Amino acid sequence: MLIVNAARGLVNFLSAPQYLVTVALVLLIVAINVRAIWTKRGGVVLGIGGVLFFALSYLDPNFNKVATLPDNVPIVGMIFLVGFFFWWAMHNAYENDRRIAEGRPTIEGEDSAQKVFSWPDLVYVELICLVVVMAVMIVWSIFLKAPLEEPANPTDSPNPSKAPWYFLGLQEILVYYDPWMAGVVLPSLIIVGLMAIPYIDTNPKGNGYFTFKERRYEITIFLVGFLVLWCILIVLGTFLRGPNWNFFGPYEFWDINKLVPLNNINLSEIIWIKIFKTGMPGFWLFREIFGLALVVLYMGLLPPILAKTVLRRFYEKMGIVRYLIGVNLALIMLALPIKMYLRWIFNLKYIVNIPEASFNI
Amino acid sequence: MSTPQKRAIRPSREAPSTEVLEDGVTRRSTFKWMTIAWVGFAAATGAGLTASLRFLFPNVLFEPPTRFKAGDPSTYAFGVDERWKAKYRVWIVRNSDSMYAIFARCTHLGCTPNWLQAQNKFKCPCHGSGYYMSGVNFEGPTPRPMERVEIEVSTDDGQLVVDTAVRYIYERGQWSDPKAFVKMA
Repeated sequence: MLIVNAARGLVNFLSAPQYLVTVALVLLIVAINVRAIWTKRGGVVLGIGGVLFFALSYLDPNFNKVATLPDNVPIVGMIFLVGFFFWWAMHNAYENDRRIAEGRPTIEGEDSAQKVFSWPDLVYVELICLVVVMAVMIVWSIFLKAPLEEPANPTDSPNPSKAPWYFLGLQEILVYYDPWMAGVVLPSLIIVGLMAIPYIDTNPKGNGYFTFKERRYEITIFLVGFLVLWCILIVLGTFLRGPNWNFFGPYEFWDINKLVPLNNINLSEIIWIKIFKTGMPGFWLFREIFGLALVVLYMGLLPPILAKTVLRRFYEKMGIVRYLIGVNLALIMLALPIKMYLRWIFNLKYIVNIPEASFNI
Repeated sequence: MSTPQKRAIRPSREAPSTEVLEDGVTRRSTFKWMTIAWVGFAAATGAGLTASLRFLFPNVLFEPPTRFKAGDPSTYAFGVDERWKAKYRVWIVRNSDSMYAIFARCTHLGCTPNWLQAQNKFKCPCHGSGYYMSGVNFEGPTPRPMERVEIEVSTDDGQLVVDTAVRYIYERGQWSDPKAFVKMA
């Protein structure tokens, strides 16, 4: 019992947003470079480990209550599906890298050399998929209820109020950013940025086959964005955010009166009151000048500096337009974890806070 | 030597408008029909959008009036009173020397916060923004305090009158307006 409680305490501790995101980032970057994880044996160990973790966790009443909610069951499925396809892509990528090193054709190259008929081979598979998916959906809808609730009432927000699961990542971003940023600017940039990928990354390698070695940086950036800054945030929002949008560990009771000190201050308050020990200037442009300068430095000055130093190779390969767009998109993506860490470490609310103009960063 | 069919589709410099593409279809007639089709499509879409805009102006609004009588000031105890939250979305707060009404809308993204008596604060269930009893924000992502609404004592019967349509915003210094609070003797 002592060991079980210690394990529970450890998982609860590590699930706090600041540790979860940090651990996920470090694990991801280490794991994609460790070949043993992406072998068949590694996949089996990971799969069994995941199933065992969930099977044991369901024995905990608090975990069970949250994880068996009809709303949350698909997220358990999502964890395993995303995990499987991540492993599968990396498995094939490592296999292809080995084949390319040996001068042999890739898996996909071998595959497309063989031909099958679309009728009946493909159409039969599609038919079977259709029937299976329909059967699963019917059984699912019978056993997991999606009840109609009372008419919407603006004065009665459920506690916690959760967005649909696919927006829980955005809802988590909203904890750190202003609604205009997290609700409008960042989602638009995610979509625009994803559409811009083929124009920014013109490397023809990896077209039509899995590979890791040939596009190491591109894949790492994508996985950080997709797995850590999207999927992990969805999992966090689904299982670990309880009443009053407080954090609750997976084995923690959802206590509506849990007291979490979340006092936040703006950068302008830190600078004017704590460092200069003067009052806040009245005029907003003067008050926020340091925050605005930081943002301008980050977005405007950092890309040219990087072009001359760390990212020189990319700058020379991509050309100035592609480089600037790509680096700015990457910097905006990185701004999310940066803002998260600033909140966790310094209780920083906004770098720029201009309520006079409803503009906050 | 190319086939006759291929030559027919190739644009010709000499007489583009009369060139027959196939079965009596000319370049000009193609453009004519395309224009009619696009104009028709745009007109139909525009009409549909215009009709949709009508829904923004409903004939009947099932909303309570914004101005209401909130009872005698003496019926309010010290602290936050939630009796009008469900119907009018306001809290009426009484402190040692005044009463004021807070509009129950989080200034982060518009959810309705809850009053947590035990912790003496308002807390939003959507992203965890927190406010003091005064409505001033102190935790979570919200950038500014909640808004107060007009409150006054009626001259005929001494009851409180609250109007949720009139807002008083802290950053603009409006909380000291005479109608933003009621002075208690």
